[in-house]
Amino acid sequence: MKPQRWRQTVRTGLLWGAGAVFISLVGLVEALQQRQIITGVISGGHLLLLVVALGAGISAARKHAGTGTVRQLAAAALAGAITGLLPAILVALSTVVNLRSMLVGATPQLFAVLSFARGTDALPWIVLVVAGVSALGGALTLLPGEVRSLVTTGISTLLVVGLMQEQVQLLLQTERTARIREVLFTFDGLTVRGAVLVAVVSAGFSSAWHRQRPKATRRVAGLAPEQRKALRIVGFVAAVGAILILPLFVGPFFSQVLVLVGLYTLMGLGLNLEVGFAGLLDIGFVAFFAVGAYTVGLLTTGSEIAVAHLSWWTATLIAVVVSLISGVFFGLPILGIRGDYLAIATLGFGEIIRLLVLSDFLRPWLGGSQGVLTIPKPVLFGFEFRGPEQLFFITVGASALIAFVAARLRDSRLGRAWMAMREDEDVAQAMGINLINVKLLAYGIGAVFAGVSGAIFAVMVGSVFPHSFSVLVSINVLALIIVGGMGSLPGVVVGSLFLVGLPELLREFSDFRFLVYGAALMAMMVLRPEGLWPSATRRRELHEEVPRIPEGEMVEAQEGHV
Amino acid sequence: MAILVSRGLTKRFGGLVAISQLDLDVGEKAIHSIIGPNGAGKTTFFNCVTGFYRSEEGSLEFNGVSLEGLSPDRITTMGIARTYQNIRLFANMTAIENILVGMHPHLTASWLGAILRTPGTVHEERMAHQQARELLQFVGLRGKGDLLARNLPYGEQRRLEIARSLAARPTLLLLDEPTAGMNPHETIEMMAFIQRLRNELGVTIILIEHQMRVVMGISDLVTVLDYGTKISEGTPRDVQNDARVIEAYLGRRGAVAH
Repeated sequence: MKPQRWRQTVRTGLLWGAGAVFISLVGLVEALQQRQIITGVISGGHLLLLVVALGAGISAARKHAGTGTVRQLAAAALAGAITGLLPAILVALSTVVNLRSMLVGATPQLFAVLSFARGTDALPWIVLVVAGVSALGGALTLLPGEVRSLVTTGISTLLVVGLMQEQVQLLLQTERTARIREVLFTFDGLTVRGAVLVAVVSAGFSSAWHRQRPKATRRVAGLAPEQRKALRIVGFVAAVGAILILPLFVGPFFSQVLVLVGLYTLMGLGLNLEVGFAGLLDIGFVAFFAVGAYTVGLLTTGSEIAVAHLSWWTATLIAVVVSLISGVFFGLPILGIRGDYLAIATLGFGEIIRLLVLSDFLRPWLGGSQGVLTIPKPVLFGFEFRGPEQLFFITVGASALIAFVAARLRDSRLGRAWMAMREDEDVAQAMGINLINVKLLAYGIGAVFAGVSGAIFAVMVGSVFPHSFSVLVSINVLALIIVGGMGSLPGVVVGSLFLVGLPELLREFSDFRFLVYGAALMAMMVLRPEGLWPSATRRRELHEEVPRIPEGEMVEAQEGHV
Repeated sequence: MAILVSRGLTKRFGGLVAISQLDLDVGEKAIHSIIGPNGAGKTTFFNCVTGFYRSEEGSLEFNGVSLEGLSPDRITTMGIARTYQNIRLFANMTAIENILVGMHPHLTASWLGAILRTPGTVHEERMAHQQARELLQFVGLRGKGDLLARNLPYGEQRRLEIARSLAARPTLLLLDEPTAGMNPHETIEMMAFIQRLRNELGVTIILIEHQMRVVMGISDLVTVLDYGTKISEGTPRDVQNDARVIEAYLGRRGAVAH
């Protein structure tokens, strides 16, 4: 009926197919194939391709929304067939041309994965299987909302548990939970029985949650104010308690990951204050992280370049002051610089600090490329914060304190001045805001947050090296606040869980970290420019709060958008 | 008594002389209009007064204090506020937040007070919100405090911008074409509103305006600029009949025909 719709379907198929070829050739499929998801049934690489197929189907069917069941399914299958065709062509091509001479990722192992080790005989099957899965994806969009949410929850939980089976197994290693582990897992993947259980149980929980939630909120709303307050306190205490016992349950590996997430959260909170609140783009932010780490290192270390032998707590307080001062000094020369130029100027500063600590000239004081070694662990009332499980408490405490400070600042006169400056610097100044003060405060306070992060980092590693402070750290922090949602405090946590925690857990991804970053950033900018957990302001900026379009036009506009 | 005195003020942009040897006296509690064809230097004059531009020659005094070399924020703190020809609200902040930003120079909360939420800070914030709501009511935007500035209709944005400038508690208010883009009805409302500002709040007003009806209707004194030079000054009636003004607006032939 509408040829352009079908053209669009073909395009969708080609796009997803190109995606499949791309992730295959960069090596992601092959790397993930090493990981069993359901033992003997499916491995990571195939699963990834299946997810691509599902995605193609869902996306194609959505574009045909409202055209009828048959047509939507047909569109999904067609898109899937085209998606499958591209990897199939790749396999066929590999038999006639030596692709590996140009593309290092085009290994025989990859083609074995793509063709299920059946060579060119499998080509029609690749197309058929992908088309079939794609049609299933299309069928998913036809289900009523509730059922769909059940199915998607089940499948996505299964994916998460499958991908992270190693970590989940670690969690279930205690004696009491050993029985659960045996039911769900073999030594390197889920059992079929386990997979079904995980999917069903998670779907059940999700359905119960959705059904009970309105009732619960209504009941809470019906309570007297004192009771509600009591409930809040109970909730708060429970949350704190849960956090306190968390490291006991998750063990050292998870604690280590959580500490890292916490350190990035701290830096994210600082950068968010500069970029998200005040609109001052800063890509040399790692400098303050380095200042914090080096200050603590030099003030506590046992090696001969030590300036003093203070306790970590005193040293951290001094590090806070030193970062504050360095933030202000950093801000002074760039007060008059705006926008793109600011990014370049700050980038320079980050590099200057790294080169300074690396230089031979300062080696007698800063340790040069050998860094500062043997930094003792913090001790409080005889309790030693030995490893990640103990440092976790310091990290959580610092993050909570600093998030609290950031929230208070945001809602203050200073926070309003930052926001005004972000919106329009000239007008903000014409409103009587002293731009110099306000900017230096943003740089100074942001630097303090990063300095605290550095202070913890120094004891976590036990030593400080210049190479820990490359420009990539700044970029990571910037990426995580963009993905989390610019200007949003919970967004910082979500962003660092997503961009720091996840790659740590999925070690296969760590080689592809920057690919995943790039893809995630692009996807975010296109699909959710306001971030995963946007601040109220950001949401307002990017989506009209009160659309002032008449009903009829709105429907059209939405169709056009989808 | 003059609240703002300009003597020989000159502002150049490269070879272009935007304002040339301008002498101007703005009387206290006056509504003083500045008119002139496009490019006559009216907004440039505002930018010089508010410290956004630095003049090359001449002097500007506000209540006897020289404005030379002061930064825009200092000048605002001294009691001069302005609005913009093309509305420049903080579009993604709410109406009340816009006004609170305008109050900035009169608030004293420090960053430490904000973090600790000291009683003084809490009290000040509460008072500030109270005053902001009163200002909203004064400009006829009662109950619209939580709307985003950019979601307000055009006329209300103009009034919010004035409310924001009033929040700085100015004694001199510079209004840059406050009726631009308004329909006749809104224009009449705005005229009455400007008179209220002067009569009820005792604010001196310098008005840049293109609509002659507004200028003639509410001004105490009118200054006419052309190519950065003052060509006429006087009561609305005097200026209206000044041959040089008619010439500037209509050209020489128009003046002859008149």
